Amino acid sequence: MSENGKPKLDHPVFAAVKQAFPGKRLRGTEFRGQASLVVDPDDCHAVLKFLRDDDAMSFNLLSDVGGVDYLNYPTSMPGRFGVYYMLVSHKNDWRFFVKTYVNPSIPTDGVDEDPSLYVDSATDLWPGAEWPEREVFDMFGIRFRNHPDLRRILTWTEFPAHPLRKDYPLRGRGEREDYRVVDRTNS
Amino acid sequence: MALTKHKISKELKNFTLNFGPQHPAAHGVLRLVLDLQGENVLRADPHIGLLHRGTEKLVEYKTYLQALPYFDRLDYVSIIAQEHTYSIAVEYLINIKVPLRAMYIRVIFLEITRLLNHLLAVSCHALDVGAITPFFWGFEEREKLIEFYERVSGARIHAAYIRPGGVACDFPVGLSSDIHLFCESFRVRLDEFEELLTENRIWKQRLVDVGIVTASEAANWGFSGVLLRGSGFQWDLRKNMPYEVYNEVDFSVPVGTNGDCYDRYLVRIAEIRESLSIIMQCLNKLPSGPVKVSHKTTSPSRKELKHSMESTIQHFKFFSEGFSVLPGEVYIATEAPKGEFGVFLVSDGSSKPYRCKIKAPGFAHLQGLDIMAKGHLIADVVTIIGTQDIVFGEVDR
Repeated sequence: MSENGKPKLDHPVFAAVKQAFPGKRLRGTEFRGQASLVVDPDDCHAVLKFLRDDDAMSFNLLSDVGGVDYLNYPTSMPGRFGVYYMLVSHKNDWRFFVKTYVNPSIPTDGVDEDPSLYVDSATDLWPGAEWPEREVFDMFGIRFRNHPDLRRILTWTEFPAHPLRKDYPLRGRGEREDYRVVDRTNS
Repeated sequence: MALTKHKISKELKNFTLNFGPQHPAAHGVLRLVLDLQGENVLRADPHIGLLHRGTEKLVEYKTYLQALPYFDRLDYVSIIAQEHTYSIAVEYLINIKVPLRAMYIRVIFLEITRLLNHLLAVSCHALDVGAITPFFWGFEEREKLIEFYERVSGARIHAAYIRPGGVACDFPVGLSSDIHLFCESFRVRLDEFEELLTENRIWKQRLVDVGIVTASEAANWGFSGVLLRGSGFQWDLRKNMPYEVYNEVDFSVPVGTNGDCYDRYLVRIAEIRESLSIIMQCLNKLPSGPVKVSHKTTSPSRKELKHSMESTIQHFKFFSEGFSVLPGEVYIATEAPKGEFGVFLVSDGSSKPYRCKIKAPGFAHLQGLDIMAKGHLIADVVTIIGTQDIVFGEVDR
């Protein structure tokens, strides 16, 4: 951040993306020298593809995909859930973040499929996105379109919640207490 | 019933084998579902999550200082590297700079951690493919390094030594010279260690041309650390995006050429030698001065506590409520021994992290197991798990 507290938007990626996507809703932000770009969920895949394929950018490594739940966050955010793609360009020694935000349309305490919690998968660009996206699905219930194998990864298949959502209590909803007990009479 | 010839020559289907979760070569709780054709692996599907403890959720309910020890327990063989990443993420959010002596101490212990990790990685890898002596020799040296941990922090493994704002306490008397003596003698131990393995015929038969990863594959699958460098990628965050005082020490980044398990073994050994050189340089340059900032992020010293009321108040607030951190989001990645370890920290201005995403290098490596193991024999899967240096504490979090 510069002296007057305003973000410094001089990262070369901003200019290149702005030129490649005229008329799209894009917002650049910067904090402590880390530049990131906020895009609409529908444009996310196209922007990522551009950042990977453009010769001047060449973000060849997807470091990680992360999710954030902004329920009760003091600052107003573009959406309830954020999905972050953390990119690395080996050629330029750059690190860059692409963020997109989605809003749920049904109550978030269950595991039902929410048609508005969808983001295009980046697995066709970086095959390594497969597991991180599975983890975001597991923890936040955000689904990824065209993902080859969208299963839960860290919790078990029948787990009745998405545990990193802010409305999920720390101690759980009794999943550990309500196990079916198997003994010799009912097994 | 007699078997007719028609029935005997029936085509044999592939069969599926469960490898683990209780397999001694699975480095903990890895459950692999292997599709086999004879002894050849057609597909490897790792099932993880058996050691999931919900660290990311727990950290949201702890103060910034209380959250620190959770990072020791992720990858329990490269302990200090992870608390260091978390500490600089918090320092980035608060926007403070730690004193120079603290930076040098950090680098010394980060490199000691690298030695600890690589010694375990190589010696356990040797154990997996059937050589037990390197394991004993490696662990004898690890024991000495763990002693340094103990002398500086009081804990043998879970040190909680590097903290936001500096390090927990200064070196005790005589530690620097003992680390120096260790480095001198360890060079010889490492030569002996290499004599056991580097030109060993069995070791080479098991490792050469096994688990080849090309440079582009490594980048596509999100590999980092030794798995990237073993394929010839010159990429080390200590060099490419320097932190602490890595730009003031002189070291080289060893890379492999073939991207097979043997190259990665050689890279690890070369990195151990580089780490020794970094430790020696830092010991020689170690400046005097404070080891933590005098800021709300560190607790006041005992001496101040006895004389000043304000310090007592600060001490109480520090350990009860914790310190608050400016709102913002940072992603900090460092070169942990296993690869790029990252912490994505979101602060809402309170004294607890709002969200903490942990990027574990092993997570990305393990999902690449399928491409590395495809077409190899089942015995080579063990070699590949060993070369990936998987620790389930960080994969499952």
